This record gives sequence, structure tokens and C-alpha cells, in this order.
Amino acid sequence: MIYLELFLTFLEIGAFTFGGGYAMLPLIREAVLLHGWIEEEALINFIAVSESTPGPFAINIATYVGNQVGGVFGSICATLGVVLPSFVIILIVAKCYEKFKESKTVKGIMSGLKPAVVGLIGAALFSLLLTVFFPAGVSFAPLATAGFWVSVGIFAAALLCAFKKVHPILIILGSAAIGIAQGYLL
Amino acid sequence: MDKKLKRVIQLFVTFFKIGLFTFGGGYAMIPLIQKETVETKKWITDDDILEIIAIAESTPGPIAINSATFVGYRVAGFWGSVAATFGVVLPSFTIILAISFVLNEFQHIKAVQYAFEGIRAGVLALIFKALWSMYKKAPKGAVSYVIMALSFVCVAFLKINVLFVIIGCALTGLISSVVLRKKVQK
Repeated sequence: MIYLELFLTFLEIGAFTFGGGYAMLPLIREAVLLHGWIEEEALINFIAVSESTPGPFAINIATYVGNQVGGVFGSICATLGVVLPSFVIILIVAKCYEKFKESKTVKGIMSGLKPAVVGLIGAALFSLLLTVFFPAGVSFAPLATAGFWVSVGIFAAALLCAFKKVHPILIILGSAAIGIAQGYLL
Repeated sequence: MDKKLKRVIQLFVTFFKIGLFTFGGGYAMIPLIQKETVETKKWITDDDILEIIAIAESTPGPIAINSATFVGYRVAGFWGSVAATFGVVLPSFTIILAISFVLNEFQHIKAVQYAFEGIRAGVLALIFKALWSMYKKAPKGAVSYVIMALSFVCVAFLKINVLFVIIGCALTGLISSVVLRKKVQK
């Protein structure tokens, strides 16, 4: 049953991602590809949509994947799944906050999870880079195409803008404009 | 009206606003939460906000959900946490649902496809930026660097399940913190 599968998959994602924002990306990427729910390219497209709409990435992606796979009810199941673990855990923590704050076990676990998140997002980014720059598999062939170098140019320019604190929506709009220009001109 | 019911409704409205007006989610939400709940409504204090960030960082799930649940519980108990969490999720759920339908309709237009080709390269830069800020926040030290490198290699090249890597890193952090503490005691 697809609704139960959506709910349980996103429940697992919600329960095992620590830290906000893209910390969820590695688990989501693995889950949607494994189930064949959406393709890697569609996932990257959607990250852009999520950056340009309000709300946390986790909710946005759960709603989107849920709807693609199982319509409106699917999106309800996925969103409920991704929210439920943190809701329940925070309720428990709010009740015994002092104990939680001083817990050496929690501190120890977090000292392992924080660097892990860096490595995992790095791995997700690595695979997304391959998908964008080498859509037909890694080879030297794309290096001879103009499209490849335009993509590299957009990536480099966007990187510079991101570190200069240009707003993400402007970066996405700029990338879109160059993409359209390239499509019609080249 | 019953005072508690009024607070529950206020919580829903406030967090609905917070969910509607934060782009990017995660930490982007903290300043608005601080403004609405500390300065405007005086439900909690600045110290509480710091507590919330600390808790959100060491519990699973998106920061937006964690803080909504926590503030809701502090202000009006269980139903407060339900109202706040529901409020923060609803805007992005509704907006993404609407966008999913539009996206599916427009995906076949050539100009949209070109735009997304550009956008995909730009989005990678945004993820890279997120990765960089997570790296800066992660603990520095030999164990930490080893965990980063190992989790990257395990997922990017050895294709090991992300969930196993997360659990493994949590255990590594826990064990290494226990070992370090014993050494200090001696």
C-alpha cells in the first residue's frame, strides 16, 4: 500500500535527520531513488522550488514527493510522517529538559552526528554534481560540448554569489535566465 | 472565551505567519520566531530561544517543527504544541501542493526545461554553501575529521545505506566521548 509506504519512509527520514535544512537531503535522496518515486534531476529541480517558496525543506519535499506518488492523500501521509518523530520527541524533551540538557550520552552522540551530517551532505552533493554535469555517465565526451561549460559557469557564478550572500531566489532566477538563453541561442 | 483556548488559537495564527514568511526554513526561521514569540507576544524569553536552538540541534527533525512544538508546549501544553506545529506546517504544505500541480503542467514547455537546466547548476552552489556552513559548525578534531571522511566515502563510493552510517557515527561519537572522559578522569 503506497500511502503506508510513504508515511513509514518519511517517518524514518524524520526520525534520523539531525540538524536543519539540507541535513535531510542524503536520506531523502536515497529513499526516493530506491523507491523510484522521482528521478535525481526532478529532485534537484524541486530543491530550487523549495528555496523559492516559504517553509522548511523537509515539509516541502515531503509534500511534493507525496503528491507525485499518491496525490493529495499521499502528500498528507508523507508530511505527517516527516513531522511526527520530531513532534513526539520534543514533547518528551520539553517535559524533562534539565536532564536532557546535562546528558553526557546526548552530547556524545551529537559529537558523532555533527561531522557525519557534513560527510553525508557532501556525498549527496557529489552525486548531484555527477547527475548535473555528466547526465549520461562520467566520461570526457561532455567536455567538448558548450552546454557543459555553461553549466560549469553557472555553478561557479552562483557559488560566488552565494558566498557574497546574494539571496537564493535571485541566484535561482539568474540561473534560469542563463539556462533559457543557452537553450535558444546554442 | 476560555483563556487557554485563546492562547491555542493565537499559537496557531502566529506559527502560521512564521511558516508563511520564512524562506529556506531551518535557521532562517529563528529570527522571526524570536520576534513573534519573545518581543510581540512575550510568551517566552531570549534564554528560551537559545534553549530551543540547543534542543533542536540535538533532536531529529526540522528545526521549524522542533521549535514550534517546543514553544507551543511551553505556552499552552499539549494542544498548544499541536496548534503551533500544525500552523507552521500548513502554509508550506498548501503552497507546495498547488505548485506540484502547476509544475507537472508546465514541465513539458521547452522554455521551462531550459530554465531548469540552468537552475540545476545554480542550486548545486546553494547546497555547497549549506554544506560549508555545516562544516564550520561541526566540531573540529581528529575524530571529527575521520567521521566526516568515512561517512562521505561510505555513501558516495561504497553505496552503504545512509541510515547505517548515521547510526554508526552516533555510536562512534558516544564511544569516543566515553573513552575521552575516562582518560580525563585518570
